[in-house]
Amino acid sequence: MAGSSLAAPSLFSEQETLIQNIARLAPFIPSLLRASLINIQLLIGLIALGYVFGTLTALLQVYGGKILGTVARIYEWIFRSVPALVLLFLFYYGPPRFGIGISGFAAAMFALGFRSSAYQSQIFRGAIQSIPSGQMLAARSMGMSRIQAIFSIILPQAFRLSIPGWTNEFSSVIKDTTLAYAVGFNEVLRTARIVYDTHYDLAMSVLIFVALIFMVLTLAGNALMGGVERRFRIPGLQVPGHEKTRQSSRTSSDSWGLRLRNFWR
Amino acid sequence: MLLRVEDIHKQYGKDKVLCGVSFGMKKGETKVIIGPSGTGKSTLLRCINRLTPADQGRVWLEEEEITHTRASINKIRAQIGFVFQSFNLFAHLTALGNVRIGPLKVKGMKKDAATKLAMEELERVGLSDKADAYPAELSGGQQQRVSIARALAMFPKLILFDEPTSALDPELIGEVLEVMVSLAKEGMTMLVVTHEMGFARAVADEIIFMENGVIVEQGEPKQMFTNAVHARTGEFLNKISELYGETSE
Amino acid sequence: MTFEWEWIPKLAQGLPLTLQITFTCVAIGIVLGLLLALGRVYGHRLLRGICIVYIQFFRGTPLLVQLFIVYNGLPNFGITLTALQSGILALGLNTAAYQAEYFRGAIQAVRGGQMLAARSLGMSLPQAIRFAILPQALRLVLPSWSNEFILMLKYSSIVFTVTLLDLMGQGKRIASRNAKTFEVFLVVAVFYLVLVLIVSTLLRLLEKRVSIPGLGAPSEHR
Repeated sequence: MAGSSLAAPSLFSEQETLIQNIARLAPFIPSLLRASLINIQLLIGLIALGYVFGTLTALLQVYGGKILGTVARIYEWIFRSVPALVLLFLFYYGPPRFGIGISGFAAAMFALGFRSSAYQSQIFRGAIQSIPSGQMLAARSMGMSRIQAIFSIILPQAFRLSIPGWTNEFSSVIKDTTLAYAVGFNEVLRTARIVYDTHYDLAMSVLIFVALIFMVLTLAGNALMGGVERRFRIPGLQVPGHEKTRQSSRTSSDSWGLRLRNFWR
Repeated sequence: MLLRVEDIHKQYGKDKVLCGVSFGMKKGETKVIIGPSGTGKSTLLRCINRLTPADQGRVWLEEEEITHTRASINKIRAQIGFVFQSFNLFAHLTALGNVRIGPLKVKGMKKDAATKLAMEELERVGLSDKADAYPAELSGGQQQRVSIARALAMFPKLILFDEPTSALDPELIGEVLEVMVSLAKEGMTMLVVTHEMGFARAVADEIIFMENGVIVEQGEPKQMFTNAVHARTGEFLNKISELYGETSE
Repeated sequence: MTFEWEWIPKLAQGLPLTLQITFTCVAIGIVLGLLLALGRVYGHRLLRGICIVYIQFFRGTPLLVQLFIVYNGLPNFGITLTALQSGILALGLNTAAYQAEYFRGAIQAVRGGQMLAARSLGMSLPQAIRFAILPQALRLVLPSWSNEFILMLKYSSIVFTVTLLDLMGQGKRIASRNAKTFEVFLVVAVFYLVLVLIVSTLLRLLEKRVSIPGLGAPSEHR
């Protein structure tokens, strides 16, 4: 048997090469990949939750007036200051206390989702506040009601201005899904743990594999957000410092007639 | 009397910006407000359509009192056009989108009708070829013309202009003034705060000189330029004419 | 729902460990992060490559996975660390990667003309870095850095998974005995809220004393 490529005394059950070690990982790969699908599902659920509540919280803080605004601010502060793990425990063990059953998945989704909403609220709020006040002024001066102005003028711009922040949040939250491990939920890290609890010499390999899965997911997520950014890009509407010079001609607000005209130009 | 402004007062902290301003405008009139910076000219315009609430005083648009607490302010604003010094075009919409959104969202027009109307107004200010451009892709002068088209698309009874050319590079001022002059000649009721004396001389029915929050003097351009009652008026007009001179008609 | 007063002192027993872990890992992060940033900005190609790989790895993979790699994976290579050592090391390596990026941003923001000025006075590269670049860069990172500190404070809670008795670990311990997990962790949450409040107030005071506007807000997750 070829000598081990690792010189120091090791806990490998027998002298073996790194490659042989990794090869022994092979049978577990399908279940690991399947488990990471669960992480992805959790990710989608919690981001959606975070988006809805984050947008709401941001709007309440900017337009909600004193009482609602303060409530929103406190909400945001709590969900940003309490560690994710503590939130997971609260959402997992809380409902049963009041007689409501909750699955690990749901607990993780709500805990991490509300937490993400606090960060997304911050992003969205920053975007709204970076819109020049002249925009609202112009909208009101032509007779739009406040609500109309918010929906037609402010939100479309705030949405686009938020995209860089969301890209950040997205790649961060992907990694946070592993925290669900702590409430015994069967996502990829726990699956990995199960593997190396019995095959302790595979620990490093399994964990590196899981790490790589997340690097791939993060790259994919970034590519996705890059696509979103391109799709909704409007020239001149960018966070200062992110200016690009390419002029986009795609827009969702023009009529089909004009789009056809463009095509033939 | 299309517009009646009565005894407007406005104070910011200790700063008394407007101290009892009153005047009126008839349909089709063009009036120009001039005066040293910081004398509340812009504030006055904003008090008229209540973008800034006045502390005291009343404003009427035809028979409707704008300043009344129960006035339907959005409906009233839809009848008054406002052109800002910093254009304030909606950054996420094309030129067409900007001109169209008022009729579309505020007046509830159908999309096709609104689009047609918007294209007509863009044509009127000479920018129909820029319909699909975003504000960031337009020059300052073009942006301001779009903003005028945006105001026009609402078929306003009156348009307020708040230093429409002050933020523009000198060579771009002309194209905007051109549009404004033709509007005035077509009979639009316009209240314009500006330094552009050439414009005032060409189309103003009356020049209003404000200083320290009050109207010092008002009268026909010819009379104001040659025969001002107050010395101060004459002083100011001369200084301004030196700086801004005659602009093209 | 009932609460016991005795939880409070019991939970407080976990505070020293929480604080110790936080301070130590941030300290590691500063030193290592600075070295990584310098390596990335001024190093030759190989060094730069190594730094980039390090940073990408520790920023692109979950913190909990990193902890397990240190605690469970390293023994495969004959390196066995205690739970405490693993916790501090994993968190330290992690924060170093993020801090490296904040430092890099700050250094690059200062660089240009400052470096030219320093070199034209006759300073060597190390001298220029030490006397001209760093003093400014270190001030620029302060806001990002204090944000990082608070983040580490919260993330220190993951060490309970390797059975350390920090604030979180104490909470788990109490809860496993009385099955009132929800109530116990409400108190734990309050502990963290107060802790974060105190620390962020102190940091803001520190910032004010050193005040120079900083760079943008850092990512808040691991």
